[in-house]
Amino acid sequence: MNTPSSPSAPAPEHRLPPGFALHASGADGSQEYFLNMGPQHPSTHGVLKLVVRLDGETVVEVVPHLGFIHRAIEKMGESETYVQYLHLTDRMDYLSSHINNLGVCMAIEKAMGIGVPERGEYIRVMVSELQRIQSHLLWWGAFGMDLGAVTAFLYGFKEREKITALFEDLCGARLTMNYFRPGGSNADVPENFIPRVLEIVEEMKFTLDEFNALLSANPITISRTQGVGALSRERAISYGCSGPVARASGVNFDVRRHAPYSIYDRFEFDVPLGQNGDCYDRYRVRMEEMRQSVRILEQAAASFPEGPHRAKEKPVYKLPAGSYFSSVETARGMFGTYIVSDGGLKPYRIKSRSPNLSNLAPIAEMAAGGKIADLVAILSTLDIIVPDIDR
Amino acid sequence: MIDLTVTHPIGDRIREVLPPLPAALANGALAVASLALLVTVMAILLVWLERKVCARFQARLGPTRVGPFGLLQPIADALKLLMKENLRPTATDMVAYYLAPLLPITGSFLVLTVIPFDHNLQVANPGAGVVFVIAASGLGILGTLIGGWGSNNKYALLGSMRSGAQLFSYELSMVLCMLLVVMAAGSASLREIVLSQQGTVLDWWIFKLPGAGFAAFLLFLISSTAELNRGPLDLSEAEQELTGGFHTEYAGMSFSMFFLAEFVNMFAAAALGSTFFLGGFLAPQIGVHAVDAVLSFVPGVIWFGLKSGFLIFLYMWFRWTFPRLRIDHLLALEWKFLLPVSMGNLLLGATLVTFGLLLP
Repeated sequence: MNTPSSPSAPAPEHRLPPGFALHASGADGSQEYFLNMGPQHPSTHGVLKLVVRLDGETVVEVVPHLGFIHRAIEKMGESETYVQYLHLTDRMDYLSSHINNLGVCMAIEKAMGIGVPERGEYIRVMVSELQRIQSHLLWWGAFGMDLGAVTAFLYGFKEREKITALFEDLCGARLTMNYFRPGGSNADVPENFIPRVLEIVEEMKFTLDEFNALLSANPITISRTQGVGALSRERAISYGCSGPVARASGVNFDVRRHAPYSIYDRFEFDVPLGQNGDCYDRYRVRMEEMRQSVRILEQAAASFPEGPHRAKEKPVYKLPAGSYFSSVETARGMFGTYIVSDGGLKPYRIKSRSPNLSNLAPIAEMAAGGKIADLVAILSTLDIIVPDIDR
Repeated sequence: MIDLTVTHPIGDRIREVLPPLPAALANGALAVASLALLVTVMAILLVWLERKVCARFQARLGPTRVGPFGLLQPIADALKLLMKENLRPTATDMVAYYLAPLLPITGSFLVLTVIPFDHNLQVANPGAGVVFVIAASGLGILGTLIGGWGSNNKYALLGSMRSGAQLFSYELSMVLCMLLVVMAAGSASLREIVLSQQGTVLDWWIFKLPGAGFAAFLLFLISSTAELNRGPLDLSEAEQELTGGFHTEYAGMSFSMFFLAEFVNMFAAAALGSTFFLGGFLAPQIGVHAVDAVLSFVPGVIWFGLKSGFLIFLYMWFRWTFPRLRIDHLLALEWKFLLPVSMGNLLLGATLVTFGLLLP
């Protein structure tokens, strides 16, 4: 959909662009109308606006309108040093802020040839996996709420709080962490880090069973999600989906497994895959991912080494001229950081490949023909973070 | 002329003192006043209960600050709503917009007039009380329909159209469940229905009709949840989909009328459920003489409150546990499952009644 400010395809006045116009009412018996879902709507999770063309309750077409929370993060990055830029990545996908930080740090390390000490790598992996669990717990709660089970929301948040409290002790922040640094992390972990992680791990096993009992096996949940919003493997690939959305469609791609970074290649974990790519598969894949993250945490906690948490800090981080790319697996998919440096203190251009834009793209295809309630379920299982799309 | 009079010490005394017409007017005024009091107290109590029960299900505490155990929280809420501006969007249909909030609460108020709260505690006792209940509860549907239409908002319209489809459908199976009890009791007067369940607990219609009674009770619970517009069947509100459905455009007092009606409605439905299936105001006798004597010493109105309270707790339990159904699943559930089952159940009940196959 073009906005009037877009010079390439100015829309004729008072006319919607082709492909997004109402059918003449009554011509084929249809009586279509538009419904604006958002930017202030309980289940668009932030400031996403969906313009929905409806025939009764049936969705004919969905067009997402983006840009309500555009902050020009990439442009701002050009006027800040590399380390200063880190905190801006917190504000993209705020539920994967550690992992976003990690992506940028890895690109800088790659450019400057900085190594990371053993303990630093362990911290990175463990914190990333805790973040993944934390993000999925919030998703689970929000998913329950989107389906109308408000109690699930509170349960999800209750469990998430334990990890958030751990992060608070780790770096002082609960949401926008700004913890990882080139060469390791901002600070060493607190003394009781490993016991607390183990405690969370033990509780998570029980929690996941509890969650399954509350929502997973519920016939209403299954009827609301099974066969709803199916995305085929081919379409998932062509839309560039990644993360649980792509894996639920059977795309066997996980950056942790297929382009291992940090020390992920040392741990045993499975990449859960779905078959149908419907809401139910996306749900199952995320639930299983939490179990796999728990497995990684257990292995990492068992061999957590002593030593420095960060390589020797450099007075300034100046990347040699050239372009550098790194990719990490956030809770939502592949997060790529592309840095072009002219050799200065600040990046010449910095670009993020965020998973959410590509994951939102197929929504028009998935929701067409379903009901409004299906649209909500689809949006919920896509697990969109809008600030990550707009940046 | 059908005699609707209910004997009650105060009513009888007024009838003795005053000539018939003023006595009827005075009694009517008293009845309306006491019902209004009941409705207000019930609404406040149920709002508090809902918040507490919901909080416990969600591992929270609920309101604790205003009054002991947060009991005054609903009053604070009501004051807040009262002080809000009664905003009306310009594009609304004024008559429909302001009329709609009054209808649901009127409907549930009317239902309460024929509920027997105790032996002599009932506003009127029409012979066709069940028919009156069904007719009066239909007013609530009208309220949501008119409100959604008059709001001139697409979300509200969607919500009200949903509620129209939903409430009309679910009323059928609810009526069929009531009909089963009417048939078994041999009377459509709510008072007679309660009195037909005298005896032990096993004489309540939920148990007395083997199988059919319990099935009817379950069907009644499901269809009345739908009638009440409560989760998991609260499709006309559906906050996550329709941002509030039919009451999206309502604010302040006109919203709180819808809000109060939901709770009064819930009490009315629970009262009907306990009247039809759980022996209404009768004490739960268990057949042991010493225990029964103690149980029947407790006033009937307390038993009535306990039974209704139990049903209300069930409604809250449903709401805070299940996800919401989708509209087509909801209608399929009614037309393809609940309606045939309640018809079959009615047939089964009729067979049981005809051949006298009741529990002794």
